[in-house]
Amino acid sequence: MTGRDAIFLFIVIFAGTGGELAVTHTMKRVGEVQSFYPHHLLRVILRAFRCGWMWFGVSLMAFSFFSLLMLLSWENVSFVVPVTALSYVLGALGGKFLLGERVEARRWIGVALVCLGVLLVCVG
Amino acid sequence: MKLPHRLHGKTICLIGLMAIFGPLGDVLLRKGMKQIGAVSSWHPEVLLNTFDRTFHSGPIWLGISSLLLFFIAYLLVLSWADYSYVQPASAMGYLFVAVLGYLLLGEVIPRMRWIGVLVICIGVLLVGGTPPRTTEEG
Repeated sequence: MTGRDAIFLFIVIFAGTGGELAVTHTMKRVGEVQSFYPHHLLRVILRAFRCGWMWFGVSLMAFSFFSLLMLLSWENVSFVVPVTALSYVLGALGGKFLLGERVEARRWIGVALVCLGVLLVCVG
Repeated sequence: MKLPHRLHGKTICLIGLMAIFGPLGDVLLRKGMKQIGAVSSWHPEVLLNTFDRTFHSGPIWLGISSLLLFFIAYLLVLSWADYSYVQPASAMGYLFVAVLGYLLLGEVIPRMRWIGVLVICIGVLLVGGTPPRTTEEG
């Protein structure tokens, strides 16, 4: 992995995770989707887009998407997508140190395995 | 998180769609970007040209459509299930991406990378399979 790849990977992970959290927050406010009829789904989507968090989340996800496209222009998909699993490490660290969540041993083992897996993918 | 019985069927169905359309979208994006070529300069004219070619590429649009279907399924599931419940379901996506990259794009994947992908899948499953809430309400 080159320095350039690392910078774009960093953007993909941070912007992508931030975007997902913002979108999750929006959907929880919109409420459970009960009906799958297209006009009902459209109404849910329109309601979601009336929420500022949705726009923030989608903007971050778009930024992450364009960074992913750049990465995919340089590297194989079988390399790029697995290394983006580092977002789980970010999630656990952010949960522990920013949100004060109790991260159990099992989750730390998972984080360690993701790091080991990424290392193996990089040297492979 | 324990989901009410009535939600199980549609949750499994939508997570299945996510597992198919997510990896397929990523593989199609790689196919499109491979055709366009590596972005090798940060000159605005070059970037604009790459941007233009990206949005005229068939595989890129197919990839975006596939990812859009993934995103819709994801949004629907998130309206009743927690983020930490849906997350582990995407663990297998890492393996599917590698398999599709190998089968559809002919990517050469060394044995060490296969092992790494499997280790990542197990790690993601362990990270996700934890209680959805560890902080106090309120």
